[in-house]
Amino acid sequence: MTDMPTPQPIPRKGSLLVQDARTVKRNRAEARFKMYGIIAISMGLLMLLILLTTIIGRGTSAFQQTFVSLNVPLLAEKLDKKGNRDIEDIKKVSTFGYAPLLQAGFEQKVADLGIATDLKPKDMANLLSKDAAATLRDFVLANPDQIGETVVFEFLAQSRVDGYLKGRVTRDSIENDKNISAAQLDLVDALVADGTLAKKFNISFITGADASDARPEAAGIGVAMMGSLAMMLVVLALALPIGVAASIYLEEFAPKNWITDVIEVNIANLAAVPSIVFGILGLAVFINYMHLPNSAPLVGGLVLTLMTLPTIIISTRASLKAVPPSIRDAALGVGASKMQSVFHHVLPLAAPGILTGTIIGLAQALGETAPLLLIGMVGFIASNPPETIAEGLLSPNSAMPAQIYEWAKRADPAFYERAWGGIIILLVFLITMNAIAVLLRRRFERRW
Amino acid sequence: MIELINSISVSLLVLIILGLALVGYFTVRKHAISAAGGDARVLHSLPGYYGYNAAMCIAVPSLLILVLWLLIQPMLVQNAVIGLIPDQMITEGSSVGLVMSDVRRVAEGLNTAVAQGALTRTEAVDLRVDQTDVRALLADVGVALGSDVQAPVLQAAQKYRALTATGAATMVVVVLAIAVLGFALAFRMTHPAFRARNTVEAGVKALLMIAASLAILTTVGIVLSMIFESRNFFQLHDWKDFFFGTSWAPNFRGNSDLAILPLLWGTLYISVIALMVAVPIGLFAAIYLSEYAGPKVRAVAKPLLEILAGIPTIVYGLFALLTVGPFLVNLFGRGENGVLGVEWMSGATSVLTAGLVMGIMLIPFVSSLSDDIINAVPQSLRDGSFGLGATHSETVRQVVLPAALPGIVGAILLAASRAIGETMIVVLGAGAIARISGNPFEAMTTITTRIVSQLTGDTDFASPETLVAFALGLTLFVLTLGLNVVALIIVRKYREQYE
Repeated sequence: MTDMPTPQPIPRKGSLLVQDARTVKRNRAEARFKMYGIIAISMGLLMLLILLTTIIGRGTSAFQQTFVSLNVPLLAEKLDKKGNRDIEDIKKVSTFGYAPLLQAGFEQKVADLGIATDLKPKDMANLLSKDAAATLRDFVLANPDQIGETVVFEFLAQSRVDGYLKGRVTRDSIENDKNISAAQLDLVDALVADGTLAKKFNISFITGADASDARPEAAGIGVAMMGSLAMMLVVLALALPIGVAASIYLEEFAPKNWITDVIEVNIANLAAVPSIVFGILGLAVFINYMHLPNSAPLVGGLVLTLMTLPTIIISTRASLKAVPPSIRDAALGVGASKMQSVFHHVLPLAAPGILTGTIIGLAQALGETAPLLLIGMVGFIASNPPETIAEGLLSPNSAMPAQIYEWAKRADPAFYERAWGGIIILLVFLITMNAIAVLLRRRFERRW
Repeated sequence: MIELINSISVSLLVLIILGLALVGYFTVRKHAISAAGGDARVLHSLPGYYGYNAAMCIAVPSLLILVLWLLIQPMLVQNAVIGLIPDQMITEGSSVGLVMSDVRRVAEGLNTAVAQGALTRTEAVDLRVDQTDVRALLADVGVALGSDVQAPVLQAAQKYRALTATGAATMVVVVLAIAVLGFALAFRMTHPAFRARNTVEAGVKALLMIAASLAILTTVGIVLSMIFESRNFFQLHDWKDFFFGTSWAPNFRGNSDLAILPLLWGTLYISVIALMVAVPIGLFAAIYLSEYAGPKVRAVAKPLLEILAGIPTIVYGLFALLTVGPFLVNLFGRGENGVLGVEWMSGATSVLTAGLVMGIMLIPFVSSLSDDIINAVPQSLRDGSFGLGATHSETVRQVVLPAALPGIVGAILLAASRAIGETMIVVLGAGAIARISGNPFEAMTTITTRIVSQLTGDTDFASPETLVAFALGLTLFVLTLGLNVVALIIVRKYREQYE
C-alpha cells in the first residue's frame, strides 16, 4: 500500500458556502423528483375527489321526486256502477277506468287556481306519472268505503316534469319530445308557483321496485336490495364456515407436501381470476347442469361464495398466523389435543381478525356485477319484494349493482339519475361495512 | 306412505337429519355416562365427545350422500329420458338441450297442474296428446309453452316426472336409512374404552381438509366447464378461424364470423392505455409515500388512495359512460362546438374512455404493491448510497428502483391481468364494435364485453354464437392465469433475495 501515490486534493474554486453548478443541478433534480411524487399523489386524490363529487352531485337528486297534490273525486258511478260496494265488482274496473277521475281532478284543480290554459283535461293529466291510475286503484281497492268521497292524493309527476324541475329538461330540449309540450310546461310553472307541484323526499326510491322504461319516476331500488341481501346471506352462510375450516386446515394441520402446495397455489390463483370467469362457471354448472332457477339470488350467492372464498381464506390465515405459538404451546402443555388447542384457544383469539376479513370479503361481493349478468340477474323487472326467505332465495330477482347497470343501459336519461342514486345507496352500504370492519379491528385487535 | 315421502323436500330432509343429529348427541352422551356407571372419569374421553361422535355419524355420511345424489340424479334421469326422443325431432335449429328443456318445462307444468288440482295424479300419468290439448291445459295453470306439445315430448316428460319422483323418494329413504344406521352404529360403539375424542378429531380433520380442497374443486369446475363447452364450440366452428381470423360478426341466423383477434386487440389496447395512466401515477405515488412522506402524510394518503380500489367497478363503468365519455367528446369531438375544435371523436364510448377510467381504478393496485416492494428493499442499500454522497432521488433511481425492479414488474403484470379481466368498465365504456384500429378515439370491444353480450338474454347452448363465449372465457382464463403465475414467481423470487 505504501507505493500508492497519495491522492492530490482537487483544488476547490470559490467558497464552500456557494453551491457549484453541478450541486445546483443535482439539487434541482432532487426537487423535481420529489415534485413528481407529490403530483402523482395529488392526481390520484384528485381523481377520487372528482369521482365522489360526481356521484354525490348527480345522485342526490334521485332521492327527491316531483309530486302533484290533487283532490280526486272517487265517483261512485264510475267505480261501482251497481252501487252495492261489492269488492269483486270494483276490481273489474281497470286502471283505464280511473283515468277520467284523474282528469276531472286535475281540471278541477286548475279551475280552482284560476290558471288560464288551452290544454284539454287529458293533456293536463298527462303531467302525472303513468303510475298514478294504479296508485288510485290500489287505494280504492284497499278502502272501498271511500267511494263517493273526494280524497287528497299525492301523485308522482311524469319524468319530464320532474326533469324540468331538476333542470335536466329545458324548453329547448323538448322541441321534438312527444311526451310533453311547451303549453304543458307553462301549466307546470303555474302549478309550481302555487305549490301544488313540488319536489319532495321520495322514500319509494329506496324501498320500491324497478319500473318499466316508460315510468322512470316510479323506479326504486328496494327489491334489488332484497336480492342483494339474500345473496349476502348465502355468501355468509357458506363462505364463512368453509373459508374458516379451510384456513384452519392449511394453517394448523396441513402437512408440508405437494398436495398442500397445490391447494395453496390454487387459492392464490383463484383470488386473481377475473370475476366474469366465475359467472361463466355459475352459468355452466349451477344453471346449465344443476338446473337451479335462472336469475335466483341463491345462484348469485353461490357464485359470489366461490369468488369471496379466497379473500376470506387469505385474511383468516393471516389472523391465525398472528396468534403467537406460545398460546398453542401452553394449551398443548396442559394436556389439550391439537384440535382442542385450535378450537378452544387459537380460533377465539383470531375471531376478530376473521370477522374483519369476512366483512371486507362481503363488501367486495356486494359490489360485484359481472358474474351476475351472466346468471341472468338483469333485463327484467322484479316487481314485488319476496315474501318468504325461500322465495327470496329462489324467485328471480336483481341485485343492487345489477340494477344500477340495468338503469345505466336504458335510453331515457331520467334513469341515469337513478343509477347515480343507486350508487350512493350501494356506497353507503360499503362504507358502513368497511367502517364496521375498521372499528372491529381497532376495538379487538391484540398486539402480541 | 309414498305420498308422505314425496312431500318431504330437500330442506325438510336436511332439517330432519340435523334434528336427528341433535337427538343422537344427547342420547349417546347420556348412554356413555350410564355405560360408565355414572362416573365420567371411567370414560376414555369427555362424555360430550361420545355425543359428537354420534352426531357426526348421523349427519356427515347422510348429508354427503344427499349432495352427491342431488348432483348425479339429474344426469341419470336425463340419460334415461333422452332415449325416448326420436332422432328426427332433433333436427336443424334444434338440439338435444332444447328438446330436453321443453321436456323439463312440460314436466314442471304437469307438477304445477297436479299441485293446483287441475289434474289428478293418475290423469297426469295417463295424459295423451291426441286426447287433451296439453298446451292449453298448462297455460291455464300458468305455465306458458312456446309451441304445441308433441307426443314424444309429453311421453318423455311423463317418464321424466316418474323417474324424478321415484328418485326423490328413494333418496329420502336411503338418506334417512343412512342417518339411522349411523345413529345405531354410534350407539353400539359407545363403551367406556372407546376412544371417542380421537375418532371425532380425525373426523373433524377430514372435514377441514375437504373444505380446503374446495378451492381445487372450484378451479377444476372452472376449467372443466369451459373446456367442455369450448370443445362443443370447436366442433361447430373452425378453430383456425377462431384464433387467426380477423373479423368478429356474430349472426344469430348462423354463419357468423367469430374470431378472437379483434377482441384481443381491443382488450390489449385498452389495457395498455390503462397501464400508461396507472403505472406512472402509481409508481411515483409509491416512491413518494415510501421514501419521502412523513408518517402523517402516509397515514392519510395511503388509505385515501386505496379507497379507489374498494369502489365497485360498476361505479367506474357509470363514471366512464356518463362523465368521462361526454367530457372527452367535448374535448376531442364536436368540431367547431368542441373545446379544441377538432372532430376526432364521435361517441362517448371509446378505447380512451375505458382506458383512462380503468387506469384510475388500477392506481392503488400499482401503488400499494410497489410500496410494499420498495419498503422491502433493505435500508443498508440506501445508507450505502447516502454514504457515497448521493442525493435522495439519485439513491431512489440508481439503487432502490433497480433493486425493486423485479417486484415492480410483478406488480405491473398483476395490474395488467386485472385490466385484461375487467368487465364492467369496458361493457359500459368501450363500445361494442369489434375492429382492429390504432385510433384511440374509436369504440372497440373486448373479450369480456363479448362474453357478457353472448351469454345474456336468451342463450342456446347448441349454437356457436353462444358457445363462443366459453372459448373466449377459456382464453381469458389462460391469459390472466399466465400473467398471474409469472408475476407471482417474479415477486416470490425477489422476496427470497432479501430474506
